[in-house]
Amino acid sequence: METINDKAEEGRSDYKGAKLGMWFFLITEILFFGVMFMLYSVNRSKYPHAFHIAALEENLVIGSVNTIILITSSFTMALSITAIRRGNKMLSSWLQLATIVMACLFLINKYFEWSAKIRLGIYPASPALLQKDKGEVLFYSLYYVMTGIHGFHVLVGIGVISTMLFFTLKEKINSESFVKLENTGLYWHFVDIVWIYLFPLFYLVT
Amino acid sequence: MNSFYSNIGPRQGLAAWMLSTDHKKIGIMYLAALLLFFSTGTLIGVLMRLNLISPGTFMGAQTYNRLFTIHGIIQIFLFIIPGIPVSFGNFFLPILIGARDVAFPRINRLSWWLYLAGAGLLLASLFFGGGALDTGWTFYAPYSIQTRTNVSLAVFAVFILGFSSILTGINFVTTIHRLRAPGMNWHRMPLFVWTLYSTGWVQILATPVIAISLLLIILERFFGLGFFDPSKGGDPVLFEHLFWIYSHPAVYIMLLPAMGIISEIIPVFSRKTIFGYKAVAYSALAIASVGYLVWGHHMFTSGMSDTARVVFSFITFIVAVPSGIKVLNWVATLYKGSIKLDPPMLFALSFIFLFSIGGLTGLVIGALATNLHLHGTYFIVGHFHYVMFGGMGMSFLAALHYWFPKMFGRMYSERQAKIGWLILFIGFNLLYFSMFVLGFNGMPRRYFDYPPQYFTGHLVSTIGSWVLVTGLAIIFRNLIAALFKGPQAPDNPWGGKTLEWQVPSPPPHENFVEIPVITSGPYSF
Repeated sequence: METINDKAEEGRSDYKGAKLGMWFFLITEILFFGVMFMLYSVNRSKYPHAFHIAALEENLVIGSVNTIILITSSFTMALSITAIRRGNKMLSSWLQLATIVMACLFLINKYFEWSAKIRLGIYPASPALLQKDKGEVLFYSLYYVMTGIHGFHVLVGIGVISTMLFFTLKEKINSESFVKLENTGLYWHFVDIVWIYLFPLFYLVT
Repeated sequence: MNSFYSNIGPRQGLAAWMLSTDHKKIGIMYLAALLLFFSTGTLIGVLMRLNLISPGTFMGAQTYNRLFTIHGIIQIFLFIIPGIPVSFGNFFLPILIGARDVAFPRINRLSWWLYLAGAGLLLASLFFGGGALDTGWTFYAPYSIQTRTNVSLAVFAVFILGFSSILTGINFVTTIHRLRAPGMNWHRMPLFVWTLYSTGWVQILATPVIAISLLLIILERFFGLGFFDPSKGGDPVLFEHLFWIYSHPAVYIMLLPAMGIISEIIPVFSRKTIFGYKAVAYSALAIASVGYLVWGHHMFTSGMSDTARVVFSFITFIVAVPSGIKVLNWVATLYKGSIKLDPPMLFALSFIFLFSIGGLTGLVIGALATNLHLHGTYFIVGHFHYVMFGGMGMSFLAALHYWFPKMFGRMYSERQAKIGWLILFIGFNLLYFSMFVLGFNGMPRRYFDYPPQYFTGHLVSTIGSWVLVTGLAIIFRNLIAALFKGPQAPDNPWGGKTLEWQVPSPPPHENFVEIPVITSGPYSF
């Protein structure tokens, strides 16, 4: 890799450096979620039958709708970057807003899903859950932790994309300098991809 | 030319420092904080030793439990792990590769703030809600889930510190990839930079694992998830695995930069280029990668299959090879060199000596048969203090004496430094070598009281702790005096060849008037 101190000299931001840093951050995120996926594998192999029973209770409709929402939001995110690169500020802003709206929809669905479960008495250490098989207890603990931490990432994403929208409107992000938006896109795709794994593991594989 | 201490921003005083993105100012602030926590941790250690010559006279058993936990947490999470990268790494990495700052100066400042926040929360956890935790620094489940002491806040503090560590790692790796001066190719980088690079990768690849594990401990305490609780189908050994998947590589986060500093100092004070530059450079990467796969050796008695134990033991022996390569290359550098025993060199040489003892005893406990006898005894305590304090600690002091004139523009009394070093060295061996003997004879670690046959060993060790603290006091008194009254330091007091010695002491804003063009390797004596 060539050195680019001349660029730092000119006081311009280092595009490649910013992207590199973001990828390193995503590696740490992969490991962060990786541990949870490992916990899932360990417990699934320990309690295959209980996991099968527990997964039948999941609401496949909400899960599928959320998957479609999140994938579409990744698409609008990617489009917003292309729009800003072509200098179309308003289109990019609308697309970012669409991404934010879909992220909110995802969380609203999640809220209904969680509260339905909690109403049934299924939450960590609940009396109803503790009566069930140990494997089912762990399945739901994993469900709440993994979708919860993923949901937190969605929430952070809403905050970050909103900031980017503000920057775009202020023209701090423009067709010359858009690495912030691009890195936000990388983050958002990552959040999407985690869901792509969560969805089959909790809803489809029974 | 104005040194970086002179204020060029609109803010004054503390705000000018806290809001600064200058890698040198951030490095100095980190250094001050590290030394503060190091002193605190050391004093707690002395209190523990005091209890052990007369158990029960000075404190109760529960106080002792809390003290050894806080001692470990402060020394490890607030001093050794951030340690060299955040202080000397921050100050010197950009200068050594010919850059004006790190790749992300504002993230660097954020990581400093996170470090402060983590430290603040940790201190708060000692006084609120159940008080100082008593789990030992390892937070092993299931006890960490059951104890009424304030585990949640302390563990959250460590989580924040981990965040700070990750950001520093990302920042340094990106800096080394992107900001090297023209002509500074990979094989012309100073070896300290190589070790910071390897360390950065370990920070990126290992720290997230502890972050999520600690988060799970907190969630477990609040919601009763059951991952580590056998009554709910969980497995406490799983926590040990997750903990050590980070915490063993963390040993190399502590040690690699320490080795890098030794690789800087040895050539300068032997007036010779380093022997086997590439071997030393790549052995850092080798340690970082193989070190990721040896965590199981902390758990030989925790319940693992024999196959797993044999494999972990074997890889543990493999990881000793690159460390051996480094030691042999340092010694080969000394051979026929023109050795000057200035204070930095004395600390560096004692690093090689003490680290070798620490490393070799590591092999003793890395072997399965001997591990069964020594596991959980003072032998382990002796081993890791030789590696941590004898290794990282000595290297930290070596760096402090080596770069002090550059960082502060003042010179300290070399005579005082040597006296301090000698007393420290004697105290160190009294304190920790006794632990090998105690442990070999079966004294378990973390015990408040013991049968009378261990008294002599504990007495020698405690006396050693007093000698050691005396040495440290002389060293720091000398440096603090130099800070205020020391004579002006020249730009290059030791005759070093790396880039930091080509700029004024202390360095100016943005380090270089003109970015240097590099045409040769770092140690051309």
